[in-house]
Amino acid sequence: MAQVVRTGRLRRAPEGFLDAEAIVAVQSGRRDFLRRAFAFAAAAATTQAAAADGEAAILELPEHSKALGQPVAARGYGLPSQFEKNLQRRESPGLTRVSGASVSFTPLQGLFGIITPSGLHFERHHQGWWDIDPSRHRLMVMGLVREPRVYTMDDLMRLPAVSRMHFIECGANTGMEWGNVAVPTVQYTHGMLACCEYTGVLLSTLLEHCGFDRARGKYVLAEGADGSGLTRTIAIERALDDVMVAWAMNGEMLRPENGYPLRLVAPGLQGVSWVKWLRRIKVGDEPFGTKDEVLHYVDLMPDGTLRQYTSIQECKSVITSPSGGQFLLDKGYYNVTGLAWSGRGRVKRVDVSFDGGRNWRTATIEQPVLPKCLVRFNIGWAWDGRPAILQSRAIDQTGYVQPKINQLREVRGTRSIYHNNAIQSWKVDGSGEVSNVQVY
Amino acid sequence: MSRFIEASLLMLALAANAAERFPGVGRAATPAEIRAWDIDVRPDFQGLPSGSGSVAQGQKIWDGKCASCHGTFGESNEVFAPIVGGTTAADIRSGRVKALTQADVTRTSLMKLSSLSTLWDYVNRAMPWDAPKSLAVDDVYAVVAYVLYLGDILPAGFVLTDRNIASVQGMLPNRNGMTRRHGLWDVRGAPDVKNTACMHDCATQVTMASVFPDWAKASHGDLSQQNRLVGPVRGNVTAAQALDTATLARRNGCLSCHGIDKRLVGPAFRDVSARYKADAGAEERLAQKLRKGGSGAWGPLAMPPYPDLAEADLRVLVRWVLAQ
Repeated sequence: MAQVVRTGRLRRAPEGFLDAEAIVAVQSGRRDFLRRAFAFAAAAATTQAAAADGEAAILELPEHSKALGQPVAARGYGLPSQFEKNLQRRESPGLTRVSGASVSFTPLQGLFGIITPSGLHFERHHQGWWDIDPSRHRLMVMGLVREPRVYTMDDLMRLPAVSRMHFIECGANTGMEWGNVAVPTVQYTHGMLACCEYTGVLLSTLLEHCGFDRARGKYVLAEGADGSGLTRTIAIERALDDVMVAWAMNGEMLRPENGYPLRLVAPGLQGVSWVKWLRRIKVGDEPFGTKDEVLHYVDLMPDGTLRQYTSIQECKSVITSPSGGQFLLDKGYYNVTGLAWSGRGRVKRVDVSFDGGRNWRTATIEQPVLPKCLVRFNIGWAWDGRPAILQSRAIDQTGYVQPKINQLREVRGTRSIYHNNAIQSWKVDGSGEVSNVQVY
Repeated sequence: MSRFIEASLLMLALAANAAERFPGVGRAATPAEIRAWDIDVRPDFQGLPSGSGSVAQGQKIWDGKCASCHGTFGESNEVFAPIVGGTTAADIRSGRVKALTQADVTRTSLMKLSSLSTLWDYVNRAMPWDAPKSLAVDDVYAVVAYVLYLGDILPAGFVLTDRNIASVQGMLPNRNGMTRRHGLWDVRGAPDVKNTACMHDCATQVTMASVFPDWAKASHGDLSQQNRLVGPVRGNVTAAQALDTATLARRNGCLSCHGIDKRLVGPAFRDVSARYKADAGAEERLAQKLRKGGSGAWGPLAMPPYPDLAEADLRVLVRWVLAQ
């Protein structure tokens, strides 16, 4: 009889049998709780076995099998299931004082594959976001060009379009962890990361259309139409390579929070360069030294020097499940999964360690593997119930190997804020609880 | 035909082709349009409009439009990172800010600023916070002059102009503190940190350098509510299910602008409570204010509306504010 009611796990998910006392036990540390949880589960299983010939989920037909469901177009724009509400973009408490100049983080712990759902794409606004009327939006291309030009959205969307998948990562992603472990989950350690399919026109097409000065034009300035008028300098080699002026993301127009109706897509460069609500491109012969190139997004080195224009997001990876703040339901088999990326091109390989970096196994990388795009990796792991430290380490097409946090600190110290691409360590303790740690 | 002429003709042809490739797409920008948007100012001061502003004039603008967020002396760390502080007369001489070498020093804008154009450009394009691009050119000069006065870089009687700004650049405490000598701008540049792809018996010992502390487990709310309800893992229960009101206030962003007993962007809740203590209709009026937004009764920034806040939560929050 007991065989019939087995749910496939040694113990059931805890939310089914947590009482008030158990919640308190969880809050005060889970070690003792786990033993008791097993007892609870066993008791529940016994009760169920005695009461029925199987699971109620099977034996008692649910309402959705016995009645009429919702009609088509009940929701003109579909929404996630009501059971998925836990996956939200969230602010990190205490990180910023003003929500108009703040960050919300993508819940990487609950996502699959490589595409970030548009509604869960992280946000970084410098002076609040706007939903701009696209019929009134204009893009001006000027500076060292033969003819400064103005484009409406109508104009831009007539030009030869490209659709490409790229990751975007804020230069300050994982920045809270330079000094020590500071936040509990992968949402907050790595959640200023997203990957989408973008559609737009190559910036090179626009620059050529305006007849930019090939001899003197060394840099372009991109400027947003929001209050902050955010501006960033991009070297002309990047601008002519794969930078896009995009209006679409994941098959629909950009979301307002992501720059509707027009943004720059600057593959491989830190997110701040992907100027949202893009209104102006200027070609120049010197860098422009804007606020976000002089006061912010500069990396403080141990000798007090500030590194300017450290724009490339170097090769990096992270295990998203299991990850910090979670716990494993049971001993046994797990698909350990995560994301890897490189601002210098394609990811070549991802290795995973379960013993804090002593030994490594190469994970499977899922297709597609595209330049400057997230890749999803998977690797099987049978957890034997003993403490473990999980890490992933990505290698890109240049042969660059994602560094350890101590290797980064040896060169850059602990106060850089930006461009922390260290190997992330997640500790699994004997109770199955996963937490954020740093190991040397 | 010489090779040079041949090449020149080819380039002309290419340029013409580019323009003709997309007939009917876009149009020439007018000089007035270019003037309206071409606002950037470069480190060599290309783009800087002529004008002037005194420290004294800057103080008036500062006290009226800037001090509420940045503090009277530009030193405030309450709303934004501080602007003024951490620089010395020796730094002004050397062009390197010594405090940047010290651990645990709060970094101010003036400690980092290497190009004066950056400050001018940013104030001009983005300040004040709630009314960007509203300052006249001379006002921008004045505010920049005042900030430099607060940083002991300019004397009280100084008038900053487009003609003397380059010499003031030469006084910035961190003018020599920036470097572009690294491989992280060029996609083919050399990385500065190296690891090797060792596979077996790599580290002799694993040293735990830092762990997430137990006391901080609830710092980011209840993690069980931030993870999926099914799958191989769950989120840890890190907070009681029922939120206390302070958390409710934090989650709804109240504490981004208000402190309990400290003024941030908006008034301290204790001050709000004190003002309306004896007012029987206060709860209703504050509820309306929370729902529909305020008029700026406490300062230059108006309270934004919160139309989506649940009515029950709204009432709890209002009573909580009044009880401070």
